Amino acid sequence: MALLEVTNLKQHFTTKKGFLGEKTIVKAVDGVSITIDEGKTLGVVGESGCGKSSLGRSILRLVEPTEGSIKFEGEEIVGMSAKRMKELRKEMQIVFQDPYASLNPRRTVRQILEAPLIIHGVGDKRERKELIENLSGKIGLRKEQLSNYPHEFSGGQRQRIGIARALALNPKLIIADEPVSALDVSVQSQVLNLMLELQQEMNLSYMFISHDLSVVQHISDKVAVMYLGKIVEIADVGKVYDTPMHPYTQALLSALPVPDPTRVRSRIILQGDLPSPSNPPTGCTFHTRCPMATKECAEIVPPLEEKAPGHFAACIHV
Amino acid sequence: MDALRFIGKRLLLMIPILIGISILTFAISNTIPGDPARLILGPKATPEGLEALREDMGLNDPLYVQYGNYMAGIFQGDLGKSTYSQRPVVDDLLRYSPATFELTMFAMFITLVVGIPFGVISASRKDRIADQFTRIFALIGVAMPAFWLGLLLLLFFYLKLGVLPGSGRLDGGMSPPEYITGMYTVDALLTGNWPVLYAAVMHMILPGITLAAVTVGMITRMTRSSMLTVLQSDYIRTAFAKGAPENRVLYGHALRNGIMPVITLLGMAFGHALGGSVLVEAVFSWPGLGQYAVNAINYLDFPAVMGVTLLIAVMFIIVNLIVDTLYFFIDPRLKHN
Amino acid sequence: MVRRVTSSPLTMLGLFIVLIILIAALFAPAIATHSPTEVDLVSKLEAPSAEHYFGTDEVGRDIYSRIVYGTRISLRIGLLVVLIAFPIGTILGAIAGYAGGRIDQVIMRITDIFLSFPGIILAMSIAAALGPSIDNVMLALAATWWPWYTRIVRSSVMSIKHSEFIEASRALGANPFRILFKEVIPNSIAPATIQASLDLGFVILSAAGLSFIGLGAQPPSPEWGAMLSNSREILREAWWAATFPGLAILFTVLGFNLLGDGLNDLMDPKQR
Repeated sequence: MALLEVTNLKQHFTTKKGFLGEKTIVKAVDGVSITIDEGKTLGVVGESGCGKSSLGRSILRLVEPTEGSIKFEGEEIVGMSAKRMKELRKEMQIVFQDPYASLNPRRTVRQILEAPLIIHGVGDKRERKELIENLSGKIGLRKEQLSNYPHEFSGGQRQRIGIARALALNPKLIIADEPVSALDVSVQSQVLNLMLELQQEMNLSYMFISHDLSVVQHISDKVAVMYLGKIVEIADVGKVYDTPMHPYTQALLSALPVPDPTRVRSRIILQGDLPSPSNPPTGCTFHTRCPMATKECAEIVPPLEEKAPGHFAACIHV
Repeated sequence: MDALRFIGKRLLLMIPILIGISILTFAISNTIPGDPARLILGPKATPEGLEALREDMGLNDPLYVQYGNYMAGIFQGDLGKSTYSQRPVVDDLLRYSPATFELTMFAMFITLVVGIPFGVISASRKDRIADQFTRIFALIGVAMPAFWLGLLLLLFFYLKLGVLPGSGRLDGGMSPPEYITGMYTVDALLTGNWPVLYAAVMHMILPGITLAAVTVGMITRMTRSSMLTVLQSDYIRTAFAKGAPENRVLYGHALRNGIMPVITLLGMAFGHALGGSVLVEAVFSWPGLGQYAVNAINYLDFPAVMGVTLLIAVMFIIVNLIVDTLYFFIDPRLKHN
Repeated sequence: MVRRVTSSPLTMLGLFIVLIILIAALFAPAIATHSPTEVDLVSKLEAPSAEHYFGTDEVGRDIYSRIVYGTRISLRIGLLVVLIAFPIGTILGAIAGYAGGRIDQVIMRITDIFLSFPGIILAMSIAAALGPSIDNVMLALAATWWPWYTRIVRSSVMSIKHSEFIEASRALGANPFRILFKEVIPNSIAPATIQASLDLGFVILSAAGLSFIGLGAQPPSPEWGAMLSNSREILREAWWAATFPGLAILFTVLGFNLLGDGLNDLMDPKQR
């Protein structure tokens, strides 16, 4: 059984415009199904605005999903009671993109790390102190630094603190929403390696959301590619990167620098901008920018199908 | 069309506010300590007499019924009877409000004529003598207890120099102009009654300046800071660089944009002047709403106090509506949005 | 930070004035030269002199000493009104901003209603309803002042409520109460705090105004507004009786304004 099983998840937002309130519906996540196995990492890639962050927040019910099912260890969490949900929050945590915005600037690191323990009534004061010190050791923070405020740390250190906070309750699943995109490249790898070490040590599962394909390749077991709220391709990392099927995936990968100069990959330039999710194109939502688009693409919504063993893509031309 | 829609929308939004105001004033009326029936009948009242009067006044009804009666009264122009003047409060309000309105408008006139140029000059001479002077002047203006300034002006210009009249709206023995608006200056102008017009203006100078002191400070500061932002913008610097005359750039181009935040502040300044009129009228024995309210307070004349409160709140709301509409017509961005 | 305060002469002036007022209030008996209430008909209506720095009133009370003791009354009013209005306004503003939706609507409509009265008028009618006394004036002023804090706090809460650190707290399962008091409020009250320091002066000014029209402090209290009200009777004979209490109000308000403006500039270095 998968640790997390998401089926046909939808996250629609209604925005009101103007005095009379003409409503528009933004389908940030539009029928996504994924699974994450214990100790494994699912990478989710896509351009900004494709709904990958909404997917992560929806799974944690930071925003209430509009439709669909989210099962954690077989237990349905959509519509779950607040009390049970609170308990489950110990099992699934989130690491945010911006280490400058994700830590309360008015609390010390100790207070930040103690908060999860207090909220869930873990241990007494002394036990909590021990737990926090133990935790800070894991992320390479000295004991004395615990009484400092977030602004006294570098971006990389802050992101480690964010990770430590997520780990404080010994969760099984971490949703990491662009955890390294705000960091310098040199610091990125440190944080990624830390995440990999912790995964080994604590048998963590990750959902790793990023727009950076090389980072995702480095850390993931499986990769899902999102476009306008839908998954267009999903498979093991090797399959997606070596034999991408969907034209969108191919376009994204063609922009990556090629390590082996003998393998010539012609760069595919996507036409136009990402369409507005409040007014997505008909049929295959990618057809407005797709180099392979034909007339049918504007009419038929392509289902996500298993085109090769374990390799799913949503395109009628594959 | 757009403008009509905008104003219609604002009028709709006024309704809940007006209802809220009526509830709040009703709630305040109901906090009066003591029993109104006993207040009327005096200490010798019998329990039966008290009970009968309470029943008669509707004091035994549930609160919402009392509120309903209160609202029904307001809609029929009935705000109760002033225990001091023994007249219906509405009649008193009608009699006293033109004087307050006239004084407040005069103060707003001074505010605009002084405040905006001061703000512009201050901004265009940033950190120079004129700016320093204006800033200190505005700072003191905002911190000034208006009623105290009134006393000082009275002391100097009336008692010491005797160049300006110190109280009332007209010289003693002078009869007011024919009633048209109730505002003496306007009525005197309309009827061509020059001696009365002169006296009315002279009488308004001291209370007008007193009332305007604070609002001049507010408007000067806002104009200055808004103009400073505008003057740093590229198109103004371009205009200067092209050698356009300074005054044309300042008052033509820059002020047109710099005035927007000032306009939003106008409604608030007007409200401040209306509120301040209560104190200033007391200083200059200006027979307006403020003077009426202060007398009412001293005679524990509660219906009168509530009448003034309600009227001033409604005036304030209407002025804000006018300011919003003005803003709508001046700011082209709002029309297309 | 300290250097930036000391480098602004106006802020320093404000600080200086506020300190003088604090000292006057704390050590009034030592600083005053006479009793603030003792009647001395022999020396009534005396002009300022070495004996009576600011002269005497119509019953021979020393105006300087009355003003010194008056700082106690004014400071107490300013502090208490802000201390009542600030927490009420802050909590309501934080709830409105954080909860949003219907709760926000209700709180903000109530706020709008209070703000649709010119402040002094609403305070006047509440104080009149409660009956003339200094405590009632304080209640009335607090009742008219809180909506300002609600507005300010709400708008700063709105600007931070989608911050990731607040989402993080929700992801941890913190209850709304904890989020509000540990995460939201501490990060959104700075602008309201500055407003409160400015308001100390304006509250004192308003209270003096209400006392001036007979609603607040009652004679023989050495409250500045009541002293001014009293001075009207002797305006022709004793200019000093009208001048000095007003100066005291002006300086106090000015002091708190300068200090508040200085703090504001510190928070927002662009605004100058």
